[in-house]
Amino acid sequence: MGLTLAEKILSMRLGYDVRAGDIALCEVDMAIVQDGTGTLTFDVIRQLMGRDFLKYPERALIVLDHLGPPGRPEYATMHGRLRKFAQETGCLLAEVGEGISHILLSERYVKPGDVVVGADSHTSTAAGMCAFATGMGSTDTAIAMALGKQWFRVPETIRFELHGKLPQGVYAKDIILQIIRLIGEDGAAYKAMEYGGPAIKELSMDARFTITSMAQECGAKLGLFPSDKETKRWLKLHGREAHWQPIEPDPDASYERVYEIDVSKLEPLVSEPHTPGNVKPISEVAQKRVKVHQVFLGTCTNGRLEDLKVAAEIVRGRQVAEDLRFLVYPGSRWIYRQALKKGIIRKLEEAGAIIAHAACGPCPGMQFGLLSDGEVCVATQNRNFKGRLGNPNSFIYLTSPATAAATAIEGVIADPRPYLKNGTE
Amino acid sequence: MIIRGRAWKFGDYVSTDLIAPGRYANLRDNLNEFVKHVLEDADPKFAPAALERKEAYIVVAGRNFGQGSSREHAARLIKLSGVPIVLAKSFARIFYRNCFNIGLPALTTDTDKIDHGDELEIDLEQGVIHNKTKGTQLPAGRIPPIMMQILSEGGIIEYIKRHGDLVFEKS
Repeated sequence: MGLTLAEKILSMRLGYDVRAGDIALCEVDMAIVQDGTGTLTFDVIRQLMGRDFLKYPERALIVLDHLGPPGRPEYATMHGRLRKFAQETGCLLAEVGEGISHILLSERYVKPGDVVVGADSHTSTAAGMCAFATGMGSTDTAIAMALGKQWFRVPETIRFELHGKLPQGVYAKDIILQIIRLIGEDGAAYKAMEYGGPAIKELSMDARFTITSMAQECGAKLGLFPSDKETKRWLKLHGREAHWQPIEPDPDASYERVYEIDVSKLEPLVSEPHTPGNVKPISEVAQKRVKVHQVFLGTCTNGRLEDLKVAAEIVRGRQVAEDLRFLVYPGSRWIYRQALKKGIIRKLEEAGAIIAHAACGPCPGMQFGLLSDGEVCVATQNRNFKGRLGNPNSFIYLTSPATAAATAIEGVIADPRPYLKNGTE
Repeated sequence: MIIRGRAWKFGDYVSTDLIAPGRYANLRDNLNEFVKHVLEDADPKFAPAALERKEAYIVVAGRNFGQGSSREHAARLIKLSGVPIVLAKSFARIFYRNCFNIGLPALTTDTDKIDHGDELEIDLEQGVIHNKTKGTQLPAGRIPPIMMQILSEGGIIEYIKRHGDLVFEKS
């Protein structure tokens, strides 16, 4: 019997075959913390080792993406502690403005076949490039950093076979929202998700990362794509072609379940408040004419170049609705610069968007773009839990960048498809 | 180990955002202050009652408790508020590991059979929940052997210190 992608990556690492249900104790290639989870992680390292210590400093990365530039004195203090830890241990540090940890991992560090952990639940994003990447708590991440290894229960795998061609106005975000709608927010609890089928060849890395970033919203340990030509193109784009290797699941691998999804039948989807699993078709939501106060484009889920580009094409030559704040947070400095070069930033800005630095932005609900009582935000982020944007009496709808952009123009939740009919795409 | 306390009921899909809201991120290095807001967005009455310490409350929740963000502060705040154990129909995976890592037991059971305010007595080794108020016994889901080992030594840090490394007995 063959191996699933999750089994294969862990088996490659260990040098012997492991199967679903086995315990894998293995070396970790990269471990990350961000500024919201880093200080607790380093407290635990001190508790464990008696001092600031990392087994492999070059495999540990701190990213200041949630709280910078600090809007509260406590955040500044936390940043100070994290910088000091980096100086003392020699680990990697990405400063305020460099971008979101998950995007930096994929641009700069992770290779297909790597084992990656992070004190952030969206660490699974990097599984889009066929790495065993998963989110953990601060204690587990502290162990991975201090000892250079971690244990995993090898997960069973749920396979998603994607067929057909995406219709105009429908994107990777709509695919993952459809999957959450299909299986539920705990539908893949403790499992690996694995994507295959003819339609994945058409999905760019930007699109794949959108899908894998939301594994946690299905309860999964991670969601994996194979490493193929597109993975190679991505690594080449970032000057790391030598890091590429092909990885495919075995044809006779054993899956817990297999879902067949015809993406040509999808329409734009929206997660209504207050859970990502509360998914409705745009045709239904648009009828309600929900008044929107803020649109937020960005995050590890939808802050990539393609996301900014599709939004820019929709808003170009138009103006954002009155009384609406349209916030754009590019996912990394590389993305920001590419978007500047290609004129994407200008189109967004001329339409009335507020362009911010490369960071998580409002998504963690800690300092940027928070909402007042009764306000509505349409966000391209991955979560809409009550209070997620700082106020339990506000409402968050999750959509693709295209739906978000159409909404920014109309001021109510809107279908993006009418904006794409004139061959703008 | 026998654990006693009174049930405090919560619903399905309680996320770590509801347990440890992001708007209190400024208190993440000050858990003794942060604990005053534990579970605030799920039930604002919980934290003040738990912190009075008149009795131990057991968090009794529905499906996928602790979903969402990995923030370990969520599990730590629940423990710090005096909760000796968390019961739920199911747990989100990161939260589940966080609980055992810090020595807070988390047990699955059919929590529909428990009402708010019921007096509970839990036998962890036997995996049985005695509902003293109702005079009933509920079977609990099995705790994986690795998690039981970690818990019995007071959490993963104590476990590693005692064994000198991250090693497991062959099971």
